[in-house]
Amino acid sequence: MTPSVLAGLVGATLVGLGLYGLILHPHPLRKLLAFNLMGSGVFLVFGIVARRGAAAGFRFDPVPQAMVITGIVVAFAASALAVALILRLSEESSRVTLDPEAWTKPDSGDAK
Amino acid sequence: MSLLPYLDIGLALLVVVVAVWTIAARDLFTSVVGYVAYGLLLAFVWIRLYAPDVALTEAAVGGGVTGVLLITAGKRLGARKNVAPEAQPGLAFRLLTGVLAALVAGALGAVILMLPDPPPSLAPEAAAAADGAGAGLGNPITAVLMSYRSFDTMLEKMVLILAVVGVWSVGTDKAWGGAPAPFRRPKPYAPMVFLAQMLAPVGVLIGIHIFWTGANAPGGAFQGGALLAAMWMVTMMARLAEPPRIDTQRLRLALVAGPAVFLIIGLAGKVVAGSFFAYPPALAKPIILFIEAFMLLSIAAALPMLVAGPPSERADQ
Repeated sequence: MTPSVLAGLVGATLVGLGLYGLILHPHPLRKLLAFNLMGSGVFLVFGIVARRGAAAGFRFDPVPQAMVITGIVVAFAASALAVALILRLSEESSRVTLDPEAWTKPDSGDAK
Repeated sequence: MSLLPYLDIGLALLVVVVAVWTIAARDLFTSVVGYVAYGLLLAFVWIRLYAPDVALTEAAVGGGVTGVLLITAGKRLGARKNVAPEAQPGLAFRLLTGVLAALVAGALGAVILMLPDPPPSLAPEAAAAADGAGAGLGNPITAVLMSYRSFDTMLEKMVLILAVVGVWSVGTDKAWGGAPAPFRRPKPYAPMVFLAQMLAPVGVLIGIHIFWTGANAPGGAFQGGALLAAMWMVTMMARLAEPPRIDTQRLRLALVAGPAVFLIIGLAGKVVAGSFFAYPPALAKPIILFIEAFMLLSIAAALPMLVAGPPSERADQ
Protein backbone atom coordinates (compact mmCIF):
# COMPACT_ATOMS: atom_id res chain seq x y z
CA MET A 1 0.00 0.00 0.00
CA THR A 2 1.51 3.30 -1.04
CA PRO A 3 1.67 6.22 1.39
CA SER A 4 -0.90 8.16 -0.62
CA VAL A 5 -3.50 5.36 -0.60
CA LEU A 6 -2.91 4.98 3.14
CA ALA A 7 -3.36 8.73 3.66
CA GLY A 8 -6.53 8.61 1.57
CA LEU A 9 -7.97 5.85 3.75
CA VAL A 10 -7.05 7.88 6.85
CA GLY A 11 -8.92 10.81 5.26
CA ALA A 12 -11.99 8.62 4.67
CA THR A 13 -11.88 7.44 8.30
CA LEU A 14 -11.62 11.03 9.52
CA VAL A 15 -14.67 12.04 7.48
CA GLY A 16 -16.64 9.19 9.08
CA LEU A 17 -15.44 10.07 12.59
CA GLY A 18 -16.23 13.74 12.09
CA LEU A 19 -19.72 12.95 10.83
CA TYR A 20 -20.34 10.74 13.86
CA GLY A 21 -19.24 13.49 16.28
CA LEU A 22 -21.13 16.17 14.38
CA ILE A 23 -24.42 14.31 14.68
CA LEU A 24 -24.06 13.00 18.23
CA HIS A 25 -22.36 15.71 20.31
CA PRO A 26 -24.93 18.00 21.93
CA HIS A 27 -22.34 20.73 22.74
CA PRO A 28 -22.12 23.26 19.87
CA LEU A 29 -18.34 23.74 20.18
CA ARG A 30 -17.83 19.97 20.06
CA LYS A 31 -19.97 19.89 16.94
CA LEU A 32 -17.75 22.57 15.41
CA LEU A 33 -14.63 20.59 16.29
CA ALA A 34 -16.09 17.45 14.73
CA PHE A 35 -16.95 19.44 11.62
CA ASN A 36 -13.35 20.63 11.38
CA LEU A 37 -12.20 17.02 11.71
CA MET A 38 -14.45 16.11 8.82
CA GLY A 39 -13.05 19.01 6.81
CA SER A 40 -9.44 17.96 7.31
CA GLY A 41 -10.41 14.46 6.17
CA VAL A 42 -11.78 15.95 2.94
CA PHE A 43 -8.56 17.96 2.50
CA LEU A 44 -6.53 14.77 2.94
CA VAL A 45 -8.55 12.98 0.25
CA PHE A 46 -7.94 15.99 -1.98
CA GLY A 47 -4.25 15.82 -1.07
CA ILE A 48 -3.84 12.30 -2.41
CA VAL A 49 -5.47 13.39 -5.65
CA ALA A 50 -2.70 16.00 -5.79
CA ARG A 51 -0.05 13.38 -5.07
CA ARG A 52 -1.36 11.01 -7.74
CA GLY A 53 -1.49 13.82 -10.28
CA ALA A 54 2.30 14.10 -10.30
CA ALA A 55 3.33 15.09 -13.82
CA ALA A 56 5.46 17.56 -15.74
CA GLY A 57 8.46 16.99 -13.51
CA PHE A 58 6.63 17.66 -10.23
CA ARG A 59 6.27 15.11 -7.47
CA PHE A 60 2.70 16.34 -6.99
CA ASP A 61 0.01 18.34 -8.77
CA PRO A 62 0.43 21.86 -7.37
CA VAL A 63 -3.13 23.00 -8.18
CA PRO A 64 -5.06 20.86 -5.67
CA GLN A 65 -2.36 21.56 -3.07
CA ALA A 66 -2.76 25.31 -3.49
CA MET A 67 -6.53 24.88 -3.20
CA VAL A 68 -6.14 22.91 0.03
CA ILE A 69 -4.04 25.76 1.49
CA THR A 70 -6.81 28.20 0.55
CA GLY A 71 -9.37 25.76 1.98
CA ILE A 72 -7.65 25.48 5.36
CA VAL A 73 -7.65 29.27 5.79
CA VAL A 74 -11.31 29.59 4.70
CA ALA A 75 -12.31 26.74 7.04
CA PHE A 76 -10.68 28.64 9.89
CA ALA A 77 -12.54 31.84 8.97
CA ALA A 78 -15.86 29.96 8.94
CA SER A 79 -15.05 28.35 12.31
CA ALA A 80 -14.32 31.77 13.82
CA LEU A 81 -17.67 33.06 12.59
CA ALA A 82 -19.41 29.99 14.05
CA VAL A 83 -17.69 30.53 17.41
CA ALA A 84 -18.81 34.18 17.47
CA LEU A 85 -22.40 33.11 16.78
CA ILE A 86 -22.31 30.43 19.49
CA LEU A 87 -20.92 32.90 22.06
CA ARG A 88 -23.56 35.48 21.19
CA LEU A 89 -26.26 32.82 21.51
CA SER A 90 -25.02 32.02 24.98
CA GLU A 91 -25.06 35.73 25.88
CA GLU A 92 -28.61 36.22 24.70
CA SER A 93 -30.29 33.11 26.00
CA SER A 94 -30.26 31.41 29.34
CA ARG A 95 -29.17 28.11 27.83
CA VAL A 96 -27.08 27.18 24.84
CA THR A 97 -28.68 24.41 22.91
CA LEU A 98 -29.40 23.51 19.34
CA ASP A 99 -32.49 21.57 20.39
CA PRO A 100 -35.45 23.23 18.61
CA GLU A 101 -37.82 21.97 21.33
CA ALA A 102 -35.79 23.61 24.14
CA TRP A 103 -37.84 26.81 24.10
CA THR A 104 -41.06 24.99 24.85
CA LYS A 105 -39.62 22.90 27.67
CA PRO A 106 -39.49 24.16 31.28
CA ASP A 107 -36.04 25.57 32.21
CA SER A 108 -34.96 22.53 34.18
CA GLY A 109 -31.33 22.53 33.02
CA ASP A 110 -30.80 26.26 33.61
CA ALA A 111 -27.71 26.94 35.72
CA LYS A 112 -28.74 30.38 36.89
CA MET B 1 13.76 -2.97 3.24
CA SER B 2 13.20 0.54 4.39
CA LEU B 3 11.58 1.57 7.62
CA LEU B 4 9.36 4.20 5.99
CA PRO B 5 6.28 2.02 5.26
CA TYR B 6 6.09 1.06 8.95
CA LEU B 7 6.45 4.70 9.96
CA ASP B 8 3.63 5.55 7.56
CA ILE B 9 1.33 2.94 9.08
CA GLY B 10 2.27 4.05 12.59
CA LEU B 11 1.59 7.68 11.73
CA ALA B 12 -1.75 6.80 10.12
CA LEU B 13 -2.79 4.82 13.22
CA LEU B 14 -1.68 7.66 15.50
CA VAL B 15 -3.71 10.23 13.53
CA VAL B 16 -6.83 8.06 13.66
CA VAL B 17 -6.43 7.30 17.38
CA VAL B 18 -5.97 10.98 18.27
CA ALA B 19 -9.00 11.83 16.10
CA VAL B 20 -11.08 9.21 17.93
CA TRP B 21 -9.88 10.73 21.19
CA THR B 22 -10.98 14.25 20.25
CA ILE B 23 -14.44 12.89 19.39
CA ALA B 24 -14.71 10.62 22.42
CA ALA B 25 -13.15 12.89 25.08
CA ARG B 26 -15.47 13.78 27.93
CA ASP B 27 -14.84 17.50 28.25
CA LEU B 28 -14.25 20.25 25.74
CA PHE B 29 -10.73 21.20 26.88
CA THR B 30 -9.39 17.65 26.50
CA SER B 31 -10.92 17.41 23.09
CA VAL B 32 -9.39 20.73 21.94
CA VAL B 33 -5.94 19.68 23.17
CA GLY B 34 -6.43 16.47 21.21
CA TYR B 35 -7.36 18.49 18.15
CA VAL B 36 -4.15 20.57 18.32
CA ALA B 37 -2.07 17.39 18.59
CA TYR B 38 -4.07 15.97 15.70
CA GLY B 39 -3.31 19.04 13.56
CA LEU B 40 0.42 18.62 14.15
CA LEU B 41 0.32 14.89 13.35
CA LEU B 42 -1.65 15.62 10.20
CA ALA B 43 1.14 17.99 9.17
CA PHE B 44 3.49 14.97 9.12
CA VAL B 45 1.07 13.10 6.86
CA TRP B 46 1.12 16.09 4.50
CA ILE B 47 4.92 16.02 4.47
CA ARG B 48 4.75 12.37 3.44
CA LEU B 49 2.49 13.41 0.55
CA TYR B 50 5.22 15.82 -0.65
CA ALA B 51 3.16 18.80 0.45
CA PRO B 52 5.36 20.81 2.85
CA ASP B 53 3.42 24.01 2.09
CA VAL B 54 0.15 22.39 3.13
CA ALA B 55 1.89 20.87 6.16
CA LEU B 56 3.03 24.33 7.32
CA THR B 57 -0.48 25.75 6.85
CA GLU B 58 -2.14 22.81 8.58
CA ALA B 59 0.22 23.03 11.57
CA ALA B 60 -0.12 26.81 11.91
CA VAL B 61 -3.77 27.44 11.03
CA GLY B 62 -5.51 24.04 11.26
CA GLY B 63 -3.88 23.00 14.52
CA GLY B 64 -2.51 26.10 16.22
CA VAL B 65 -4.83 29.03 15.55
CA THR B 66 -8.02 26.91 15.49
CA GLY B 67 -6.91 25.42 18.83
CA VAL B 68 -6.50 28.89 20.35
CA LEU B 69 -9.89 29.89 18.94
CA LEU B 70 -11.66 26.88 20.49
CA ILE B 71 -9.85 27.13 23.86
CA THR B 72 -10.68 30.85 24.13
CA ALA B 73 -14.29 30.14 23.14
CA GLY B 74 -14.50 27.30 25.67
CA LYS B 75 -13.22 29.58 28.46
CA ARG B 76 -15.67 32.35 27.57
CA LEU B 77 -18.54 29.87 27.33
CA GLY B 78 -17.48 28.13 30.55
CA ALA B 79 -17.43 31.46 32.41
CA ARG B 80 -21.14 31.87 31.67
CA LYS B 81 -21.96 28.35 32.84
CA ASN B 82 -25.13 28.13 30.84
CA VAL B 83 -24.45 25.26 28.51
CA ALA B 84 -26.98 22.88 29.93
CA PRO B 85 -25.80 19.29 30.16
CA GLU B 86 -28.06 17.66 27.64
CA ALA B 87 -29.20 14.10 27.63
CA GLN B 88 -26.95 11.90 25.49
CA PRO B 89 -28.83 10.41 22.56
CA GLY B 90 -30.09 6.87 23.05
CA LEU B 91 -28.16 3.74 22.14
CA ALA B 92 -30.26 3.00 19.05
CA PHE B 93 -29.64 6.49 17.66
CA ARG B 94 -25.92 6.20 18.37
CA LEU B 95 -25.75 2.85 16.61
CA LEU B 96 -27.61 4.26 13.64
CA THR B 97 -25.22 7.24 13.46
CA GLY B 98 -22.26 4.87 13.73
CA VAL B 99 -23.56 2.81 10.83
CA LEU B 100 -24.16 5.94 8.75
CA ALA B 101 -20.66 7.29 9.49
CA ALA B 102 -19.11 3.90 8.68
CA LEU B 103 -21.04 3.77 5.41
CA VAL B 104 -19.86 7.23 4.38
CA ALA B 105 -16.25 6.46 5.33
CA GLY B 106 -16.44 3.07 3.61
CA ALA B 107 -17.83 4.54 0.41
CA LEU B 108 -15.16 7.22 0.38
CA GLY B 109 -12.46 4.61 1.05
CA ALA B 110 -13.77 2.46 -1.82
CA VAL B 111 -13.66 5.46 -4.14
CA ILE B 112 -10.05 6.11 -3.13
CA LEU B 113 -9.09 2.52 -3.96
CA MET B 114 -10.75 2.85 -7.38
CA LEU B 115 -9.34 6.21 -8.49
CA PRO B 116 -8.83 6.45 -12.28
CA ASP B 117 -5.52 5.52 -13.82
CA PRO B 118 -3.71 7.46 -15.22
CA PRO B 119 -4.73 10.23 -12.82
CA PRO B 120 -5.98 13.52 -14.27
CA SER B 121 -3.56 16.33 -13.58
CA LEU B 122 -3.31 20.07 -13.95
CA ALA B 123 0.43 19.96 -13.29
CA PRO B 124 1.49 20.66 -16.93
CA GLU B 125 -0.72 23.78 -17.08
CA ALA B 126 0.59 24.90 -13.71
CA ALA B 127 4.15 24.30 -14.86
CA ALA B 128 3.49 26.43 -17.94
CA ALA B 129 2.08 29.16 -15.72
CA ALA B 130 5.07 28.95 -13.43
CA ASP B 131 7.37 29.32 -16.41
CA GLY B 132 5.35 32.15 -17.92
CA ALA B 133 3.71 34.75 -15.76
CA GLY B 134 5.14 33.46 -12.51
CA ALA B 135 8.67 33.45 -13.87
CA GLY B 136 11.43 33.29 -11.33
CA LEU B 137 9.40 31.53 -8.66
CA GLY B 138 11.05 28.29 -7.63
CA ASN B 139 8.09 27.20 -5.52
CA PRO B 140 5.31 25.86 -7.80
CA ILE B 141 2.69 26.27 -5.03
CA THR B 142 3.39 29.99 -4.76
CA ALA B 143 3.32 30.23 -8.56
CA VAL B 144 -0.11 28.56 -8.61
CA LEU B 145 -1.46 30.66 -5.74
CA MET B 146 -0.22 33.98 -7.05
CA SER B 147 -0.29 33.50 -10.80
CA TYR B 148 -2.18 30.49 -12.18
CA ARG B 149 -5.06 30.67 -9.66
CA SER B 150 -4.54 34.23 -8.44
CA PHE B 151 -8.24 35.06 -8.58
CA ASP B 152 -9.01 32.30 -6.06
CA THR B 153 -6.34 33.60 -3.73
CA MET B 154 -7.69 37.14 -3.91
CA LEU B 155 -11.25 35.96 -3.23
CA GLU B 156 -9.99 33.96 -0.28
CA LYS B 157 -8.56 37.16 1.24
CA MET B 158 -12.00 38.71 0.72
CA VAL B 159 -13.53 35.79 2.61
CA LEU B 160 -11.19 36.51 5.53
CA ILE B 161 -12.34 40.15 5.60
CA LEU B 162 -16.01 39.12 5.32
CA ALA B 163 -15.48 36.74 8.24
CA VAL B 164 -13.93 39.54 10.32
CA VAL B 165 -16.90 41.79 9.45
CA GLY B 166 -19.25 38.94 10.35
CA VAL B 167 -17.58 38.35 13.71
CA TRP B 168 -17.63 42.07 14.52
CA SER B 169 -21.31 42.37 13.58
CA VAL B 170 -22.24 39.73 16.12
CA GLY B 171 -21.36 42.16 18.94
CA THR B 172 -23.94 44.37 20.60
CA ASP B 173 -24.82 47.81 19.20
CA LYS B 174 -23.41 49.59 22.26
CA ALA B 175 -20.04 47.90 21.89
CA TRP B 176 -19.57 48.81 18.22
CA GLY B 177 -16.23 50.47 17.61
CA GLY B 178 -14.81 49.24 20.91
CA ALA B 179 -12.10 46.69 21.52
CA PRO B 180 -12.69 42.92 21.72
CA ALA B 181 -12.50 41.39 25.18
CA PRO B 182 -8.96 40.58 26.40
CA PHE B 183 -7.81 37.06 25.70
CA ARG B 184 -7.48 35.73 29.22
CA ARG B 185 -7.04 36.24 32.94
CA PRO B 186 -7.07 39.82 34.23
CA LYS B 187 -3.68 39.61 35.98
CA PRO B 188 -0.52 39.11 33.91
CA TYR B 189 0.74 35.58 34.37
CA ALA B 190 4.54 35.58 34.78
CA PRO B 191 5.48 32.44 32.76
CA MET B 192 3.19 33.58 29.94
CA VAL B 193 4.80 37.05 29.93
CA PHE B 194 8.25 35.46 29.84
CA LEU B 195 7.23 33.15 27.00
CA ALA B 196 5.81 36.05 25.01
CA GLN B 197 8.94 38.16 25.52
CA MET B 198 11.23 35.31 24.46
CA LEU B 199 9.12 33.87 21.67
CA ALA B 200 7.63 36.89 19.91
CA PRO B 201 10.84 38.44 18.46
CA VAL B 202 12.09 35.06 17.24
CA GLY B 203 8.66 34.13 15.91
CA VAL B 204 8.28 37.40 14.00
CA LEU B 205 11.69 36.87 12.41
CA ILE B 206 10.82 33.28 11.40
CA GLY B 207 7.44 34.42 10.08
CA ILE B 208 9.05 37.02 7.81
CA HIS B 209 11.67 34.48 6.74
CA ILE B 210 8.97 31.92 5.79
CA PHE B 211 7.21 34.60 3.75
CA TRP B 212 10.42 35.68 1.99
CA THR B 213 11.67 32.18 1.27
CA GLY B 214 8.22 31.15 -0.02
CA ALA B 215 9.11 32.33 -3.51
CA ASN B 216 11.58 29.48 -3.95
CA ALA B 217 11.06 27.01 -1.09
CA PRO B 218 8.08 25.79 0.97
CA GLY B 219 6.48 28.73 2.72
CA GLY B 220 4.69 31.87 1.65
CA ALA B 221 2.34 34.61 2.76
CA PHE B 222 -0.22 32.24 4.33
CA GLN B 223 2.23 30.38 6.52
CA GLY B 224 4.30 33.43 7.44
CA GLY B 225 1.15 35.45 8.13
CA ALA B 226 -0.24 32.73 10.39
CA LEU B 227 3.03 32.73 12.35
CA LEU B 228 3.00 36.53 12.73
CA ALA B 229 -0.66 36.29 13.81
CA ALA B 230 0.29 33.66 16.42
CA MET B 231 3.01 35.94 17.80
CA TRP B 232 0.56 38.83 18.12
CA MET B 233 -1.87 36.52 19.92
CA VAL B 234 0.85 35.32 22.30
CA THR B 235 1.63 38.91 23.31
CA MET B 236 -2.09 39.60 23.74
CA MET B 237 -2.48 36.50 25.91
CA ALA B 238 0.36 37.69 28.10
CA ARG B 239 -1.45 41.05 28.30
CA LEU B 240 1.65 42.78 26.93
CA ALA B 241 -0.60 44.09 24.18
CA GLU B 242 -4.36 44.56 24.19
CA PRO B 243 -6.70 43.86 21.27
CA PRO B 244 -7.06 47.15 19.34
CA ARG B 245 -10.35 49.01 19.06
CA ILE B 246 -12.08 47.87 15.90
CA ASP B 247 -12.62 51.42 14.64
CA THR B 248 -8.87 52.07 14.52
CA GLN B 249 -7.90 53.36 11.10
CA ARG B 250 -4.61 51.46 11.06
CA LEU B 251 -6.23 48.10 11.85
CA ARG B 252 -8.82 48.51 9.11
CA LEU B 253 -6.17 49.58 6.59
CA ALA B 254 -4.07 46.53 7.50
CA LEU B 255 -7.09 44.28 7.02
CA VAL B 256 -7.98 45.52 3.53
CA ALA B 257 -4.40 46.14 2.33
CA GLY B 258 -3.85 42.60 0.97
CA PRO B 259 -6.96 42.19 -1.19
CA ALA B 260 -6.93 45.87 -2.21
CA VAL B 261 -3.34 45.78 -3.50
CA PHE B 262 -4.02 42.41 -5.14
CA LEU B 263 -7.12 43.75 -6.90
CA ILE B 264 -5.46 46.99 -8.05
CA ILE B 265 -2.49 45.11 -9.51
CA GLY B 266 -4.87 42.58 -11.07
CA LEU B 267 -6.77 45.40 -12.76
CA ALA B 268 -3.53 47.06 -13.83
CA GLY B 269 -2.59 43.75 -15.46
CA LYS B 270 -5.54 44.25 -17.81
CA VAL B 271 -3.96 47.45 -19.10
CA VAL B 272 -0.27 46.58 -18.94
CA ALA B 273 -0.07 42.86 -19.70
CA GLY B 274 -3.29 42.38 -21.63
CA SER B 275 -5.45 40.37 -19.23
CA PHE B 276 -6.93 40.51 -15.76
CA PHE B 277 -4.35 39.29 -13.20
CA ALA B 278 -1.57 38.99 -15.77
CA TYR B 279 1.85 40.27 -14.76
CA PRO B 280 4.48 41.60 -17.16
CA PRO B 281 6.91 38.64 -17.31
CA ALA B 282 10.03 40.66 -16.61
CA LEU B 283 8.59 42.06 -13.39
CA ALA B 284 6.53 39.05 -12.29
CA LYS B 285 8.62 38.07 -9.29
CA PRO B 286 8.94 41.53 -7.68
CA ILE B 287 5.22 42.17 -8.28
CA ILE B 288 4.23 38.86 -6.71
CA LEU B 289 6.42 39.51 -3.69
CA PHE B 290 4.96 43.01 -3.41
CA ILE B 291 1.39 41.62 -3.35
CA GLU B 292 2.39 38.88 -0.94
CA ALA B 293 3.90 41.40 1.48
CA PHE B 294 0.52 43.14 1.81
CA MET B 295 -1.27 39.80 2.04
CA LEU B 296 1.07 38.87 4.88
CA LEU B 297 0.01 42.02 6.70
CA SER B 298 -3.70 41.32 6.13
CA ILE B 299 -3.46 37.71 7.29
CA ALA B 300 -1.44 38.70 10.34
CA ALA B 301 -4.15 41.24 11.24
CA ALA B 302 -7.22 39.17 10.32
CA LEU B 303 -6.47 35.89 12.15
CA PRO B 304 -6.06 37.44 15.65
CA MET B 305 -9.15 39.60 15.08
CA LEU B 306 -11.13 36.46 14.21
CA VAL B 307 -9.93 34.77 17.41
CA ALA B 308 -10.47 37.86 19.58
CA GLY B 309 -14.14 37.91 18.67
CA PRO B 310 -16.68 40.73 18.56
CA PRO B 311 -16.11 44.06 20.37
CA SER B 312 -17.13 43.93 24.01
CA GLU B 313 -18.39 46.58 26.39
CA ARG B 314 -16.27 45.36 29.27
CA ALA B 315 -12.99 45.72 27.39
CA ASP B 316 -12.44 49.31 28.48
CA GLN B 317 -12.66 48.36 32.18
